[in-house]
Amino acid sequence: MKPVIMETSGLCVNYGRVEAIHNVNIRIREGEIVTVIGPNGAGKTTLLSALMGLLPARGEVKYQGHSTLGAMSVDALVAKGLVLVPEKRELFGSMSVADNLLLGAFARHRRGDRDHAKTMDEVYAIFPRLAERHKQEAGTLSGGERQMLAMGRALMAKPTLLMLDEPSLGLAPLIVKEILRIVVQLKSMGVSILLVEQNARAALQVADYGYVLENGSVAVENEAKALLHDPRVIESYLGLGGSHSIAA
Amino acid sequence: MAALLTSNRVLIAFLLGLAMLPLFAAQFTVTIVNYIGLYALVALGLVLLTGIGGLTSFGQAAFVGLGAYATAYLTTRHGMSPWGTLIVGMVITTAVSLALGFITLRLSGHFLPLGTIAWGISLYFIFGNVQALGGHGGIDGIPPVDLFGLELGSSRAFFYVIWITLLAAIITTQNMLDSREGRAMRCLRAMTMTEAMGINTLRYRMVLFMIAAQFACVSGWLYAHLQRFVNPTPFSLGQGIEYLFMAVLGGASAVWGAVFGATAVSFLKEWLQDWLPKLLGATGNFEMVVFGLLTIVVLHRARDGLWPILLRVFAIVAPQRQQMREVEPALPLPRRDAPAPGSEVLRVIEVTKRFGGLVANNKMNLTVRAGEVMALIGPNGAGKSTLFNCISGVNPATEGEIRFMGKRIDQLGSREIAKLGMSRSFQHVRLNQDMTVLENAAIGAHLRGRKNFVQSAWRLDREEERRLLWEAAHQLQRCGLGEHLFDTCGSLPLGKQRIVEIARALCSDPTLLLLDEPAAGLRHLEKRALAELLAKLRGEGMAILLVEHDMDFVMGLADRVLVMEFGEYLAEGLPQEIQTNPKVLEAYLGGVDE
Amino acid sequence: MDAAVALLLAQDGITNGAIYALLSLALVLVFAVTRVIYIPQGEFVAYGALSMAAVNAGFLPPTMWLVVTLGIAVAIVDSVAAIREGAKARLPMVIFKNAVLPILAVIVVRQLPLKDLAYVLQVLIALAFVVPLGPQVYRLAFQPVAEASVLLLLIVAVAVHFVMVGMGLYFFGAEGARIPPFTDGGVTLGPAYVQYQTIWIVGIAALLIAGLALFFEHSIYGKALRATAINRTGARLMGISADLAGKLCFTLSALVGAFSGILIAPITTIYYDTGFLVGLKGFVGAIIGGLVSYPLAAAGAVLVGLLESYSSFYASAYKEVIVFTLIIPVLLYQSLTTKHIDDEEDH
Repeated sequence: MKPVIMETSGLCVNYGRVEAIHNVNIRIREGEIVTVIGPNGAGKTTLLSALMGLLPARGEVKYQGHSTLGAMSVDALVAKGLVLVPEKRELFGSMSVADNLLLGAFARHRRGDRDHAKTMDEVYAIFPRLAERHKQEAGTLSGGERQMLAMGRALMAKPTLLMLDEPSLGLAPLIVKEILRIVVQLKSMGVSILLVEQNARAALQVADYGYVLENGSVAVENEAKALLHDPRVIESYLGLGGSHSIAA
Repeated sequence: MAALLTSNRVLIAFLLGLAMLPLFAAQFTVTIVNYIGLYALVALGLVLLTGIGGLTSFGQAAFVGLGAYATAYLTTRHGMSPWGTLIVGMVITTAVSLALGFITLRLSGHFLPLGTIAWGISLYFIFGNVQALGGHGGIDGIPPVDLFGLELGSSRAFFYVIWITLLAAIITTQNMLDSREGRAMRCLRAMTMTEAMGINTLRYRMVLFMIAAQFACVSGWLYAHLQRFVNPTPFSLGQGIEYLFMAVLGGASAVWGAVFGATAVSFLKEWLQDWLPKLLGATGNFEMVVFGLLTIVVLHRARDGLWPILLRVFAIVAPQRQQMREVEPALPLPRRDAPAPGSEVLRVIEVTKRFGGLVANNKMNLTVRAGEVMALIGPNGAGKSTLFNCISGVNPATEGEIRFMGKRIDQLGSREIAKLGMSRSFQHVRLNQDMTVLENAAIGAHLRGRKNFVQSAWRLDREEERRLLWEAAHQLQRCGLGEHLFDTCGSLPLGKQRIVEIARALCSDPTLLLLDEPAAGLRHLEKRALAELLAKLRGEGMAILLVEHDMDFVMGLADRVLVMEFGEYLAEGLPQEIQTNPKVLEAYLGGVDE
Repeated sequence: MDAAVALLLAQDGITNGAIYALLSLALVLVFAVTRVIYIPQGEFVAYGALSMAAVNAGFLPPTMWLVVTLGIAVAIVDSVAAIREGAKARLPMVIFKNAVLPILAVIVVRQLPLKDLAYVLQVLIALAFVVPLGPQVYRLAFQPVAEASVLLLLIVAVAVHFVMVGMGLYFFGAEGARIPPFTDGGVTLGPAYVQYQTIWIVGIAALLIAGLALFFEHSIYGKALRATAINRTGARLMGISADLAGKLCFTLSALVGAFSGILIAPITTIYYDTGFLVGLKGFVGAIIGGLVSYPLAAAGAVLVGLLESYSSFYASAYKEVIVFTLIIPVLLYQSLTTKHIDDEEDH
């Protein structure tokens, strides 16, 4: 068994006075792609925000053996290689593609790393499209290019664990395929990945292990290959009524 | 509110003490308490402006100056009676505040305080430089106020004028906030929602701004007749800043926070001015330093000011008795004519919405008929909420045509569309978390009332108010929230808050109901109750268009389903057709390619 | 008015306008990054000018004990935070940087023959005991409420302004001060006689603005500040902490403020409370720039300087009224061109 890189136990998150995430236990091992799938509103983005330290949470989150809740700030986590590509991408719209990428290396720059040019070439090798557009303002990119830039910017931080929030959101099937191909490529480069997706089949096809989140709790968890054919996954998405006929 | 008995006693004791004060207290104390009353009146205006309306003004001192100079000039130079000058002052203040409000109130939050600094300074320099107003020397010899032949010359006598004015202002303010227009004011910060309920937010910002200016003007009038002398100094920007301090430190969200803030700041400054030089034995504005430091510490610890803390302490000292309240029955409100069952209510024709280069909706078409539930589904990011915003006028369409009840509405604002009988809920709940469930729902009935804030300040709106609240209570009961009428919205789970949004929409007596993810966050039984309610509304002839992700819910309820993907039409049909449509399945779960 | 007077007034206006421009840039920066409407910006002008006057006259910088006191306070607050986060390894650095370093600086400065030092060194010493107040103020007054509303931050800013003005009276007394110009004399350029100090002011202001532009365009820290202003969440996710960005821009704004004070003190008498109005005029410039655009803010500030200078000639009593009412048409224009703005805070 490969060592665990991140683990949560009894994680609960409140939005105001409402519990949005309830008693979630997930585990990510080094070099794995773990996916969290589930219908809209299941709490997937909330879960990632809590893991990243953006939202206050209860329970325990261990990253590389350290308890993070209340002890590590967002920038401390980024400095330790935990990087989130958020659902809304959160690019710096009026800055160039190259500047966006450079800022991805900010945490490493503070630590004293100065190999940004080399890292940027590596990112351009993965996303040749970004190299073509390096001078363009991020705000003028198309949806697919934005997602690539968001991922490229995260890669500039040389992440140990990369968390992707709905990378397929709003993208056409061909681009989704391309993005997922790159996710697999990143895994082969040794990056551990937590992939949060609504697009369940696509996510399960590339993942090693999967969790199905429903109403803020883990409803099902299993090897990704097994989940791919689990009727309960379809039920959680398309409802009971039609699912049997579809699954049959 | 719940502890009426105990808090009433405290209030009575406070008022009694206040009434006795001029009879026993030293002159020095009477003077301070007089000033507290004057300050509190201005701060009360800021509570309305800042705490209720979310607007910030540094310039209130200039309005105080308008009131003071108007009476000083007109009584001394033209021999007018103080009561006449009060009216003139208020008229001038109305004109000036409307003009300044027109310029600044459309601006976003941070421009307003800066703008108020600008005219605050300008008016101050004008007071000091216009020769007719006595320049920096000011105007003296202002006559005392005369009430039914009784001359109120002494500051002990004037004490009652000041405090009765202040208490009247507090009571009328509280009355006003507890009414149809008051509820609209309390929701001003949620502008999109408020406009979608048919409320003209700019108008209410103006009204709040004007009332705050009037309170300041009256405070200035009182000041001039208390001092019998005015010069520009008390109307400077510095004093304007101090008023805002009083409101924020006291607690800008509560009416009594103004009084408490004025009291705390006045006594603190007095005390610091007395004691610091003795303690430190050096000259310097140490009271400013200590005052500034204390302010920083207080705001770090208590962002909502001191009054809420005081209430909490009070709640511990005198535990509140829970009191049940009821909504008084009243005549039902008149309803609008319903369209014939099956007739077309809404038609969307080739609607396109672009955000810059991004096409969020591309040539969408749909129709909704009276007495049917139409469901709009599609994966996350398909553009469903965008289409909702186009239809409800929250964010109008770029191209295409939308007809509602036969009228073209694609160029109308959400406020106008609401008036035509369309009402909606929001994907992200937009409720005032501090208001009760009943009050939140009553916002929806805003367009069904007529009484304005002046009438409500004097309680001339009670009959209509009863009818509005009765309607709100009725709709809430229908939605299964009858036991939560007097709970604050913030205390409800998110799922129930969504239901409050539906009840609020129903309060407007809509022809078409737009619901954005009404079932999200509901438990199984709650979902079933919601489906039953919507089916019942359909039975009554209402047209319902809903966006929903819970397929059990959609498939069990909808008459027709329209599926969107990437901002475009993907499929339309009966629920069972959609459930077996392979294109839909692929859109949701992703393609299977092996 | 003849041409000579007009030129003189223009010179005056441009000089003051250059200072307002510097301040308005600092204000835009602080607001864009931290959402603080930084009323105390002007106090740094007074502190810088009066500290320089003190050092120039051979006195120790009066603010040095304030720097030491606040430094110790920051050291305590940061140490508590470090211990709470279980990062005790940071403690020695935290204590050294914040508390020990200022004390060492005080010890060194006490040994120096201040009066006989070169002018440039005097400037550096004055700045060394004013500029650190910027990040210290951020750490103690603003960082604990960094996520609060713009209104609350504004009230805290006003409270800081009270404290700084009050302390200013204690440090510098009620007397105003001037400092000798960087270079005496002047030069005749065509029809106008221009003082060297005017050239210094305009030149250094232009250099500073160019320097800031370079910093924002080409250094990773400058880009990080811009990124924070554009997208706070995005910046946080890249490890650009709000605290770091806040400290950085408060340092820059203190530097700009204090240096502006030193620039202008040779031609205007500066009092402990002069800063407020000077700062507000910087605001007028910033508002003209809509609180977002640096070039527009700078241009607006120069306009303010010119307007002030000419109106002081024509209608000196109404000088301030004219300058501050300039905002109104600008706001009117903005209110008519800006479409609806939703202050909504989604919770």
